Amino acid sequence: MLLIPCPWCGPRDEAEFRYGGQAHVAYPGDPGALTDEEWAHYLFFRDNPKGPFEERWNHTSGCRRWFNLTRDTATNEIWPTTSAGARPGTGTVATGGGSR
Amino acid sequence: MADRLSPLAGFEGISDARLRVREIPFLRQTNVRVDPGRLPSSFPVRLPVSPGTWLSSGETDVLWLGPDEWLVIGDVDLPRSEDVAVTDVSAQRTTLLVAGPGARDLLAHGCAIDLHPSVFGPGRCAQTTLARAQVILIAREHDELWVLVRASFARYLAAWITDAAVDY
Repeated sequence: MLLIPCPWCGPRDEAEFRYGGQAHVAYPGDPGALTDEEWAHYLFFRDNPKGPFEERWNHTSGCRRWFNLTRDTATNEIWPTTSAGARPGTGTVATGGGSR
Repeated sequence: MADRLSPLAGFEGISDARLRVREIPFLRQTNVRVDPGRLPSSFPVRLPVSPGTWLSSGETDVLWLGPDEWLVIGDVDLPRSEDVAVTDVSAQRTTLLVAGPGARDLLAHGCAIDLHPSVFGPGRCAQTTLARAQVILIAREHDELWVLVRASFARYLAAWITDAAVDY
């Protein structure tokens, strides 16, 4: 089982997560202008590298946040990335009035 | 009028020197979602912003569930506004008290996170799975842990705990 570093909850078992596929697949700017082939390409075509792969995960049994990480598809080595689901600096207590 | 039945009504629990387990029924629970930077200054409870922590704020316990999500346990009326979503989720979960010197060992049978007091001491909370059921664990003083479990999973989890407790 993979040990996946949730940016919020820390390392947790893979069973607590749901896989979200390749990261950074941008929604087409003007979907109506796409041909069926281009639309199918957007929907179904994903990279399938042997090696580092940036992908999305959701911590479904924990904080339920989406985040990205880079996983080596050959060795399952994982590196956290900060491009999405990045954890902002934490204060101590939010008491209201905009303070953190 | 019909009697109010808790999800674990009839659960006998466990009570001996090493382990105490019983239901704490009908705790009022309120889910709060707000960007902490936009929390009104008049908001009646303090919200912990460190992941996996909880604090007592007046008569209530406030748990961190996510960067913009908290669970308030206790009898308090929270004001909702354009920036603050307040939802009563009292009926969603019931609470199991698991306490005593054997409590952490018992829970570790079905829970992958580190429950050692040096890591998961009083003031910590975690959303995780216990025996494959989604739970919220709350570490309290005096070797007490609260296990918040969805009402529909409560009987299963109580049965699992009763079975796992045979070792203790």
